[in-house]
Amino acid sequence: MSRVLFFGRLRDQAGMSGHPVPLAVPLGLAEFREQVAGSDSGLLAALSAPVIRVAVNGTVLPRGANPVIRPGDEVAFLPPFSGG
Amino acid sequence: MIRITDRAFDPEAELAAFRHGLRVSGAVVAMTGIVRPESDALLLEHFPGVTEAMIAAFADNLRTEFGLESAMVIHRVGRMLPGEAIVLAAAASVHRKAAIAALDRLMDWLKLEAPFWKLEETGNIRRWIEPGSTDPAGDRVSF
Repeated sequence: MSRVLFFGRLRDQAGMSGHPVPLAVPLGLAEFREQVAGSDSGLLAALSAPVIRVAVNGTVLPRGANPVIRPGDEVAFLPPFSGG
Repeated sequence: MIRITDRAFDPEAELAAFRHGLRVSGAVVAMTGIVRPESDALLLEHFPGVTEAMIAAFADNLRTEFGLESAMVIHRVGRMLPGEAIVLAAAASVHRKAAIAALDRLMDWLKLEAPFWKLEETGNIRRWIEPGSTDPAGDRVSF
């Protein structure tokens, strides 16, 4: 089992802040996104956009990173930041 | 000192406390970001635990790189109204140039590299603020 988190407009689009994701074997990020989005093609497109960054277990990865997601990982999808 | 809070804060009082804690600095530079009047409200969210840790790590690096005595960030989250402070950032050093340069770097980083997300409410319209859009919380956001 792993867990996905959505922030900002992605949370609005997903309609929730996150949920558990059944995961028995490691997956590439693209496959993980497909599993998260299920039949929601709009959500898949939003998660796959180049501006979306990913954090794995609380570490925000560089843009364009392509991590392997392992069972137990917490994966957050992060729209462009807007602080300050 | 790094703090993320869902409560309104008094930037002048916080800055005075920061200044009183200094021992060797001859310069304190501060920036307060406030909600502009054109939006009805702003909602800010962060990545709890992660945002705090990233700001603390960045501030530590700044202290080393610029030889600061201290750096401070207080950042609001939650719903805030025009005129309220969103962020207070300050840098203190022996001489002014290091503090000015460090604060400029810190604010650029907070705008674009710290995990915050900002939703503007104007009338019935809710709009996520992203780089390239006009930001009611301060400068135009741009890469």
